[in-house]
Amino acid sequence: MTTGVGSVAAMVVLTQATYDAIVAHARRDHPDEACGIVAGPAGSDRAVRFVAMANAERSPTFYRFDSAEQLRVWREMDNRDEVPVVIYHSHTATEAYPSRTDIAYAAEPEAHYVLVSTADPERESFRSFRIVDGQVSEEEVRVIASAELTAR
Amino acid sequence: MAIEVRIPTILRSYTDGQKAVEGTGETLASLIADVDGRHAGLRDRLVEDGELRRFVNIYLNDEDVRFLGGLETPVADGDTVTILPAVAGGSWAASDRIARVAH
Repeated sequence: MTTGVGSVAAMVVLTQATYDAIVAHARRDHPDEACGIVAGPAGSDRAVRFVAMANAERSPTFYRFDSAEQLRVWREMDNRDEVPVVIYHSHTATEAYPSRTDIAYAAEPEAHYVLVSTADPERESFRSFRIVDGQVSEEEVRVIASAELTAR
Repeated sequence: MAIEVRIPTILRSYTDGQKAVEGTGETLASLIADVDGRHAGLRDRLVEDGELRRFVNIYLNDEDVRFLGGLETPVADGDTVTILPAVAGGSWAASDRIARVAH
């Protein structure tokens, strides 16, 4: 698969509804880390289908997708010709920046890694990164109305 | 008939970009050895010191092989083996312990 146009612009585009769903999941699971994906058509770089995943570790400092749930969700993506456009998780006591663990385990070079920090109860921090071969590069987060994403 | 092995994006550099390859074997370990014979290097990404790598998930049909017999899980013609990199991470990296585990 080739790199989508969106990645050239170093930007992740999310609808307001998806952005809100990620933040709500992070708040709901606080102080444990929350995690999930936003799937989209392969090659499109469009994050259209929000899927909250269980954190099998149920931990404030670590997350791991439940392996059975991951197989189910990955198969469903395969059947729909989708990929995980966004992989998100929360940090609940530290900043929204990839940790050494995040970098060591990042295995989807085409994904946008979204991090949400819920360390501040009033205001979340929401950032996005590419993690390729251990190299982290931050990208812009652009939030748009749902209709705009469909039109892209 | 053979056993289909589904390859995740990150490991397709070992399979010339193929999403799935075929192999034979009596157990998962011998299947992996067989496939590694044609796609050298794949085995090292799955197995370390005779054990499945911790952050790789391997499924026999619908079941995580960790809940079957690990590398000794019997496999047979017609089975599908799916490899997925675990999706994991977390803020624990502040501690040096995890960094050592990861490397």
